[in-house]
Amino acid sequence: MSGHAVQTSTGIPNKKLAMWAFLASDCMFFGTLISTHLIYRKIADNINIREIFDIELTSFSTFILLGSSLFMALAVSAAHKSSMQSMRKMLAGTIFFGLIFLACQVYEFYHFAVGLELTLSTFRGDYNLFGTTFYVLTGTHGVHVALGVFWLISWLIYSYTGKMKPENAEDVEVAGLYWHFVDVVWIIIFPVVYLIEYI
Amino acid sequence: MATNPTESFILDKPPETKSPSKLSAWFRRPTQHDKGLVDLLTTIDHKKIGMMYGFFALTFLMIGGLEALFIRVQLMYPENNFIDARTYNQMFTMHGTTMVFLAIMPLSAAFFNFIMPLQIGARDVAFPRMNTFSLWAFVFGAIFINLSWLFPSVDGAGVGSAPAIGWFGYAPLTSKSYDAGLGTDFWIMGLQILGLASLLASFNFITTILNMRAPGLKMMRLPVFTWMTLITSFLIIMAFPAITVALVQLMFDRQFGTHFFEVEAGGKPILWQHLFWIFGHPEVYILILPVMGIVSEILPVFSRKPLFGYGLIVFSGAIIGFLGFSVWSHHMFTTGMGVIATSAFSIMTMLIAIPTGVKIFNWIGTIWGGRVKFSTPMLFSIGFISLFMLGGFTGIMHSSVPVDAQQQDSYFVIAHFHYVLIGGNIFGILGGIYYWMPKFSGRQMNETLGKVIWLGVFVGFNLAFFPMHYLGMTGMPRRTHTYKSEMGWDHWNFWSSVGALTLGAFLFIFFLQTLYTFFKGKRCKEDPWDSRTLEWATANPPKSYNFARTPIIKVRDQIWENKHGAKENSMDFEPAESHGVHMPDNSWWPFYCSVGIFIAALGMIFNRSEITVFGSTFDHGFEIPILGGVILLFSIIKWALEGPGGYHLHPEEDQTKISN
Repeated sequence: MSGHAVQTSTGIPNKKLAMWAFLASDCMFFGTLISTHLIYRKIADNINIREIFDIELTSFSTFILLGSSLFMALAVSAAHKSSMQSMRKMLAGTIFFGLIFLACQVYEFYHFAVGLELTLSTFRGDYNLFGTTFYVLTGTHGVHVALGVFWLISWLIYSYTGKMKPENAEDVEVAGLYWHFVDVVWIIIFPVVYLIEYI
Repeated sequence: MATNPTESFILDKPPETKSPSKLSAWFRRPTQHDKGLVDLLTTIDHKKIGMMYGFFALTFLMIGGLEALFIRVQLMYPENNFIDARTYNQMFTMHGTTMVFLAIMPLSAAFFNFIMPLQIGARDVAFPRMNTFSLWAFVFGAIFINLSWLFPSVDGAGVGSAPAIGWFGYAPLTSKSYDAGLGTDFWIMGLQILGLASLLASFNFITTILNMRAPGLKMMRLPVFTWMTLITSFLIIMAFPAITVALVQLMFDRQFGTHFFEVEAGGKPILWQHLFWIFGHPEVYILILPVMGIVSEILPVFSRKPLFGYGLIVFSGAIIGFLGFSVWSHHMFTTGMGVIATSAFSIMTMLIAIPTGVKIFNWIGTIWGGRVKFSTPMLFSIGFISLFMLGGFTGIMHSSVPVDAQQQDSYFVIAHFHYVLIGGNIFGILGGIYYWMPKFSGRQMNETLGKVIWLGVFVGFNLAFFPMHYLGMTGMPRRTHTYKSEMGWDHWNFWSSVGALTLGAFLFIFFLQTLYTFFKGKRCKEDPWDSRTLEWATANPPKSYNFARTPIIKVRDQIWENKHGAKENSMDFEPAESHGVHMPDNSWWPFYCSVGIFIAALGMIFNRSEITVFGSTFDHGFEIPILGGVILLFSIIKWALEGPGGYHLHPEEDQTKISN
């Protein structure tokens, strides 16, 4: 039982199947938040969103997050081949790129909130809906990335304890599924929140 | 117990022959030798978890029923002043919230937990410790919402600061300007905890059903109850995110000044209605599908015939699940969505009656020509079919927009959904408890008392809710604290209250009978009903390991085939594993995780608010939520690192030892 994977009726490991179910559910979370943003996008008339966004920075961080998925895929592949050294490097790469993305978002939020006076409730002192939906949507995504980074750091540390077994490759793959999903969500958020303002 | 030394995931610990000291069990990982409270708090056994779900849910059913009786006594006479208007609002809010989230859903979860793994021949659910967490998150969430009764309200009106916003908490009633107290906050945070519990439980059930079926148990051989568990779990994971996001948005509005539902800044209260009902309508099917599964198990057993149209019943259930997501706006016909949206939702609502009707014909077809035995579970199932149909008919009336416009927010709607939820749901659940009690406890409910209770519940229920059709049609609005005698509603309101008191009395007797039978009832034989599905291949009550050897399934209704079918269809067993059955250890961490969440949620209530509670003023930032979050994080890490642990049982040669 411990030497080989537990047999399941579908052939898919339990943890992976549960992760797929969670991701299906998470689609609805983001679907609801993105819908809210799109419904409210045009209501605020006292703000020019193009002047707010720094599309170069966001394009850069999007590119970085996409790049992290490549590292993640390589990490999963290395884990399945039981090549510990390579897996550690690739995990570290994923974590590093994830942290760059988070740093960009922290900078973006700080710049918006302090520099441009866009808060959760107001823009330059007037009530505004844009901050409401923008911060909650992209903030939720940021929390997902942060949890993913935390998860991957946990695996990186665990890989140094000497307790890691070949079966754990499956767990790294489950973490990878989550990471790729969070990436895919950003690929949707980037056009429907950022690029749409430039049409 | 002999353990195989090559099994690397077994913890290295000395074999314990005698029970360790009681106190130390609170500070280390509990083992199979720990009994009593420690075992209950830390158990990962799906059967014990199911029983605890059932116990808490039945308790909340009684509390929710009591709240309903306050409403009915207030409405018994015109211009009555039994409770004041605010208290009345709190009663109907907490009645709805309690019945939907704290009684019916966990009662379904109790059946899912106990019955489903047995029906598919599994040892336990896929993630036993996550199951423990779901249970305690539910319990803490339920306690959390009800804590609101204890905190004084801002303006001194009503009972404590219980929410008074209706169970669907429409904006802008929930905004700070209309409710500055704590009630709405308790409601928001409590429902989020309950949502988390439901979501995790559903991931667990989906994985279990898809992945842990016994060999040969193909999807189209699954018992219908297991099918409905699967469909319900999918509904939960797709529907709950909408309410969770809506609640988070509302929490941000109240705590951090966003404007999701604040009109003055351009927010749209109608968005809340949409988000709520995108969850809320699938929720209706989340409540009813498990019961349809229970009834589909009971009818064939007591008609002594296979279920008529198994495939149709299964696929109708799935179609109901799909269509359930496309009808939410029929709760909002009077909000002015426009002709096209209204027509589309009206047509979809009419369509959903088709698969439901298909099921009803299949159930009738199952009884038709059978050798029907009118035992208590069967009586409740027949009650279910007839009363659920009545609720369904009024539902079809609501699908017509002009008719709905007349009935919106009237007592007609109250009659409609109580026919579906009591006539449907409670009847099915009571039937299920009478049917599976031998499985739960090895004891059988008294049949005579059961039939008396059935009659009392049936008469009381119809007396309470049928007159509401008339009341609604003559214009009595729902959520009305009182009414003038000139309105002509005195007569039916009086009899409705008499019916409600009767219903409440008999449900309380049922509650007592269930408790009595569970602990003290008469022992029964192994297969008292001559049943058909795999759970009856286990002992009454099942041993901790469920099946000593994994069964190999050859046909649908396997146990019936074993008893009465062709010999070649009889069930086989896999050879016993050389190292026995692996039983994982109990764990404290799921429980501590829910404690952490409870503390964090409590902290969010008092965050940034200066509210005097029990004489002292609270003015907190994020200290308490952070404390709760640290407990949660610490528990998750410990949980992740502790592993399944456990020991090995050798059921056949060790039979006597195991039953200790």
